[in-house]
Amino acid sequence: MSDASSLRTPSQRIAWTGTIVISTLVFIFLIAPILAIMPLSFSSGSYLTYPLPGLSLRWYDDFLSSPRWMNALKNSMIIGVASTLLSMVLGTLAALGLAQWKSRFKPLVLAFVLSPVVVPGVITAVGLYFFFAPIGLTGSYLGLILAHTALATPFVVITVGATLQSFDTNLARAAASLGASPLEAFRRVILPLILPGLASGALFAFATSFDEVVIVLFMAGPEQRTLPREMFSGIRENISPTITAAAVILTTVSVILLATLEGLRRRNERLKGGG
Amino acid sequence: MTTASLTGANAAANVPLKRRLKRAERARQLKALALVVPLLLFLLFTFAGPIAGMLWRAVDDHEVRRVLPQTVAALASWDGKDLPDENTYAALASDIQAARTAGTVAIAAKRLNYALNGFRTILTSTARNLKAMPEPGTARETLGKINAAWRDRATWTTIRNASGPLTSFYLLGALDLVRNADGAIVAAPSDQAIYREVFARTFLISLGVTVLCLILGFPVAYLLATLPPGRSNLLMIFVLLPFWTSLLVRTCAWIVLLQSKGIVNDSLHWLGIIDEPLRLIYNRFGVCVAMTHVLLPFMILPLYSSMKAISPAYMRAAASLGAPPLTAFLRIYLPQTLPGIGAGSLLVFILALGYYITPALVGGAADQMISYFIALYTTETANWGLASALGAVLLLATILLALVYGKLVQGQQVTGGMKN
Repeated sequence: MSDASSLRTPSQRIAWTGTIVISTLVFIFLIAPILAIMPLSFSSGSYLTYPLPGLSLRWYDDFLSSPRWMNALKNSMIIGVASTLLSMVLGTLAALGLAQWKSRFKPLVLAFVLSPVVVPGVITAVGLYFFFAPIGLTGSYLGLILAHTALATPFVVITVGATLQSFDTNLARAAASLGASPLEAFRRVILPLILPGLASGALFAFATSFDEVVIVLFMAGPEQRTLPREMFSGIRENISPTITAAAVILTTVSVILLATLEGLRRRNERLKGGG
Repeated sequence: MTTASLTGANAAANVPLKRRLKRAERARQLKALALVVPLLLFLLFTFAGPIAGMLWRAVDDHEVRRVLPQTVAALASWDGKDLPDENTYAALASDIQAARTAGTVAIAAKRLNYALNGFRTILTSTARNLKAMPEPGTARETLGKINAAWRDRATWTTIRNASGPLTSFYLLGALDLVRNADGAIVAAPSDQAIYREVFARTFLISLGVTVLCLILGFPVAYLLATLPPGRSNLLMIFVLLPFWTSLLVRTCAWIVLLQSKGIVNDSLHWLGIIDEPLRLIYNRFGVCVAMTHVLLPFMILPLYSSMKAISPAYMRAAASLGAPPLTAFLRIYLPQTLPGIGAGSLLVFILALGYYITPALVGGAADQMISYFIALYTTETANWGLASALGAVLLLATILLALVYGKLVQGQQVTGGMKN
């Protein structure tokens, strides 16, 4: 309250009240749509409006018993986990290298590594579609995993890189001077310290793949359709309450990811504050 | 021993040490680079290579060259003023015969039809009716009889312009330009000129969404930056939760809210404000609302971090020097948020330019942005040259803006460092 109580003039108080009112409206704008569709998934009727005729779990039952949605969930998990693992390996190695590498080309290399985030999804998707089709990588899990890894790795490089920046390199030197081999020093000194950063990177990578739909639209065959891809066709054709059930499941996954990330951030801040 | 020889010995011992250090450092740098190389190679294969391939397709023109090789060779010496000579007609007849056997007529017909509407019919009908190779010296007459278009200079100019190996046809087409029969660049006929309008629309929607995000995001960022950390962290959840929620979920939510029998229309009707449902979705309004919702966190977060870096002491100093609150805000606070405003606005604008999913789902036919057309020409009509050319223009715009963004963010970090 320090700032609100230090407001002296009426006009300042009005401005502050205005800020609070507008911000509240914006918060409602941000959250309300997401909250509004959740109860609809528990409706016993099939119309997407209020008041609900009654409560039921029939749409979740529908989701869980539909081979189409279950296959999509399975695909999202397979592609998400595989591209997370691959991007963790590539991204962590690159972040470790970039932290030590001194060169005037470094900004250029960094810009290249981060560019998949900036380039519009459609352009990457079209390029990959042309490039992967002749070598048989469209309509395959491998193609999608490779493409999602390219999109997810920048987030790993950023998060792990940020962690390494606050990492005290003297600790690695101390380990070496005490006779640890480079691998041992990495495993027993560096790794435990940067683990929260790695975990955040992994969460970002997974979320990127789990939410991606443009590349899947271009490259997935009927066998590889993911959850967002099924939602895309569902929304196009006709929004059934089953889609709202899928939306609730997807949002739950996001909340779990966000909560884990927030937990990691707090833990990291505590550690920094303690040191 | 003299002092001179001592220093000499020292220097001799020093040089190898320096060199050894240098060598060790170089080895360390190489090792560091070796850690980055796998990712660079990976991105070359899964990102840079494919995009380079797309850019290549925007200028590549091999179809006619491959299907009608003799015609293309014969046309190389054509002056373009009159109809080509008998040899060229004979070359075309021979090419068409060969293409019919190989089943490649349609490939050239498709490419030539892009440049001249109706060329598909000209070529396929000629291929169908040209039963045998014409007698020597009668090729021009025979082809002219099969299809009168072969007596038209424009038909031949079209083939010559499409004979590759490189072409500016698709790139010009993406900007609503064509080459006329004399090779000059002119505006495309109005019924084919749609892309400038699409680019203008993409630009306007992105700009509108950016302005909306700035207007809505500024007060929120200010509130979050001013409140004590405990509370602002709690309120930050309202920004981060939508940020982390799937794009599809959010788009779906807006359709459920805004459709004609949706929650908003039902509530307004129930309240007696409207009799007929309002048209809130599948139009420009729906696109702007949904895109603003998706992109707002990208505005709030950079604004918040730039505001967080402003020391409250500046505002106190302004007040103590007699500045009224509004003057202090406009002259002291606002200028310091400009880098944040710039970074947030550019980020939102860049992301909005390439939007595909949201306009495709909540927009009408007149609200589709450039990405929609790139996708359409890739998967539906398979005009890959045009899709690539439109993609190249979008990519160029994105890269230029991203460079500006990079400079802006870098500058911010430098001044941020000096303040600390």
